[in-house]
Amino acid sequence: MIVFLIKRLANAVLVMLAVALLAFLIFRFAGDPVELMANEQMSQADRIELREKLGLNDPFVTQFGRFVVNAAQGDFGISYRNGQDVMKLIAERFPATMELALVATILSLLIGIPLGVITAIHRGRWYSEGLQFVSIIGVSLPSFVVGILLILVFAVTFGLVPAFGRGDVVQLGWWSTGLLTASGRASLLLPSLALALYQITLVMRLVRAEMMEVLRSDFVKFARARGVPRWRIYFRHALRNCLMPVVTMTAMNFGSLIAFALITETVFQWPGMGMLFIQAVTFLDMPVMAGYLCIVSFIFVTLNTLVDIAYAVIDPRLRDATR
Amino acid sequence: MKLRKHLLAGLALTFLASAASAETLRWGSPRDIFSLDPYSYGSTSNLAFLNHVYEGLTRYTPEFKVEPALATSWEMVSDKVWRFHLRKGVKFQNGADFTADDVVASMARVSHPTSPLRGNIPAYVSTTKVDDYTVDIAVNSPNPLFLNDMTNIFMFDKDWLVDNKSELPTDVGAKVEGFATYNTNGTGPFKVESRVPDSKTVLVKNDGWWDTPKHNLDRIEFMPITSAATRVAALLSGEIDLTDGAPVQDLERLKSAPDLKVVERTDLRTVHMVFNRHETFADGRENFFNNIKVRQAIDHAIDRQLIFKRVMRGKSHVAGTMVAPEIPGYSAELDVPTTYDPELSKKLLEEAGAVGKEFTLVCMNDESVNEEDVCSALVSMLSRVGLKPTLDIGPRAVQAPKRAGGKSDAYMIGWANEPTLDAYSILVQVLSTREGAAGVANYGGWSYPELDAMVKKAALEMDHDKRLAIETEALKFAKDEVIMIPLHQQPMAWAMSKNVTDVTIRADNKPRHWLTRIGD
Repeated sequence: MIVFLIKRLANAVLVMLAVALLAFLIFRFAGDPVELMANEQMSQADRIELREKLGLNDPFVTQFGRFVVNAAQGDFGISYRNGQDVMKLIAERFPATMELALVATILSLLIGIPLGVITAIHRGRWYSEGLQFVSIIGVSLPSFVVGILLILVFAVTFGLVPAFGRGDVVQLGWWSTGLLTASGRASLLLPSLALALYQITLVMRLVRAEMMEVLRSDFVKFARARGVPRWRIYFRHALRNCLMPVVTMTAMNFGSLIAFALITETVFQWPGMGMLFIQAVTFLDMPVMAGYLCIVSFIFVTLNTLVDIAYAVIDPRLRDATR
Repeated sequence: MKLRKHLLAGLALTFLASAASAETLRWGSPRDIFSLDPYSYGSTSNLAFLNHVYEGLTRYTPEFKVEPALATSWEMVSDKVWRFHLRKGVKFQNGADFTADDVVASMARVSHPTSPLRGNIPAYVSTTKVDDYTVDIAVNSPNPLFLNDMTNIFMFDKDWLVDNKSELPTDVGAKVEGFATYNTNGTGPFKVESRVPDSKTVLVKNDGWWDTPKHNLDRIEFMPITSAATRVAALLSGEIDLTDGAPVQDLERLKSAPDLKVVERTDLRTVHMVFNRHETFADGRENFFNNIKVRQAIDHAIDRQLIFKRVMRGKSHVAGTMVAPEIPGYSAELDVPTTYDPELSKKLLEEAGAVGKEFTLVCMNDESVNEEDVCSALVSMLSRVGLKPTLDIGPRAVQAPKRAGGKSDAYMIGWANEPTLDAYSILVQVLSTREGAAGVANYGGWSYPELDAMVKKAALEMDHDKRLAIETEALKFAKDEVIMIPLHQQPMAWAMSKNVTDVTIRADNKPRHWLTRIGD
């Protein structure tokens, strides 16, 4: 077991290093930050000096080594664009993205599971076929289109919720939350729904498929024969047997929700990490870009490693396979 | 029925909101500011925002004339020293008095080698205190445009800088954050109450401002909304009162909304097509652009009216000269667009032996308005007269180094003459031979000694009208030589609620909310 743990962790570290290397390679081709930092009147000599000062003339290996050593200590440097500490910038934005992704996950489960059960029980009826059809649209519509549509309907036409921003936030230590104020909760509604839409359809389809499988099994037939009430069979016995894959998928997909949030955040002006990253890209703010990529992949890798380890704990066969 | 209920509830909410915040301007901008430190980044929009909080010794009137601000008067005491007499009784927002020591400290900070804003005052040499309310600023040449440059150099309080260890500018290379990045202490009409990057920056009225306020705002809530569609939605739903970046494609919709108004005009930026003028192209081929007939042929091959009608939707100003009408040095006589004459163009190309020549046009998709479409149009117009251009388009981050490195055969450049607001800016920085501070944006690498001589003469000419005459002459020379091909000044549009009045919108596209009134 200890060997497995060490192997798994070494694996994670390797992945992180590879991400850092890739990120660095991309930046090499992304362009020259000095040209974007320099204003129109800056002389050529000043530009060369600035490039030297930022360490952009050093050999690639030196730059990369310096970056990895600093990053391991949580130091990603200072933003080229606004002179703020990158780690602090990302830490400020982290709660916003986290809340958005968490609420979207909860929404996807709250809406997706009942819909999945209904479409499984009443398959063939017009409304379940309709839901199935709508869910295809939900998967295939780009999230910025969904976002704009939601804004047009709920913010412009009905004026029910704000079109952008996070509303008033409350500071709890270093964590800022919008969940404790009315405007914060109202602002959270549209972006989390836009972000959750894809996940809702996934959950719904997964639950539907699993439900149909389970409803065919012997114990359901037996329960029916014994005269157990229908709702009890569906929601108590059958649904329980479907939830394991749903939970796994939700956990694994949490990382991609954070990554997808990038587009939702841009549409709704949600002050999260994705917004920060998009702006860093347009200004070639390399420290922020590198910091964001590393932290998001760190979240991904941590989630996957934890899931792997949890599986190994539950199922001894997996441990043997890696030996 | 239900719908009506919702609508009523929505309306009631809007009324409540507007009653509670009668003199609050909610301003939705396409971009956030980068930092609260005016010396941190040489960005025009950042400086324009911070001008609400900080001020310089001089400032522009809405007509782009230099007028006194923190200095009441000035004169040249020798041909390389300006003497500024400072305004008495001005207080910083922390209560400190504004004196000569503050000017000395501010100038030292902005001219420090690590200051990104150092390039904005190319003529600056040093500052000395004469007495508490007089300073001498030494420059390297007697150029009156130094006063224009000083409008963007804002004054800090010396003690505040010292107490917070911020005498030096924030240095991204040294990995040290600055106190001034997060805190402000200016002399301007507004104070910063709070700032959450990418969400909201709140300004409140500074009751101790030395000038008589023309505005009636108690509070400005500045909210960046980067997505254009969301910005329009926020305006339509009444969540913001004004935006200084209304997208061109949504103007009709905004105009048709009953409680909104739209203000459109063209801005200062003139968009040009420019040529590589080195001996050979970057790949070693002979450079045919050095033949003036080829440049003239291209000039005649461009149907500017078509670009104006189709690409710019009739909202741009077709340019015949390299500066916008608002820029001193402009001459209406020069501003006659070159005629569209594809036959003449073909003839010129044949004479030059340049028929079928290949070259690449480097364009950006995130710099000027509809640049992608403008460039596609150029490429097809030039193909029609017998050249073989290919389009190389990409984001600014990727394209700018190609352009600056002289690697592109032909490229696009927009020049607004900021912050000097005088044709001298484009003449010295774009059209002059690359040498020291001159020609920093002369990416094509041309050199015209006659033009350089005219520019140097203009720099030393103290008489306003004589200087402008020299500048106009230099611009005519540049036009005759077809150094760059001016296309147009691009459109800009602001949209706002009808109860916002007196918004001053000038061609520099800068907000001046110390003049804005609301609700009367």
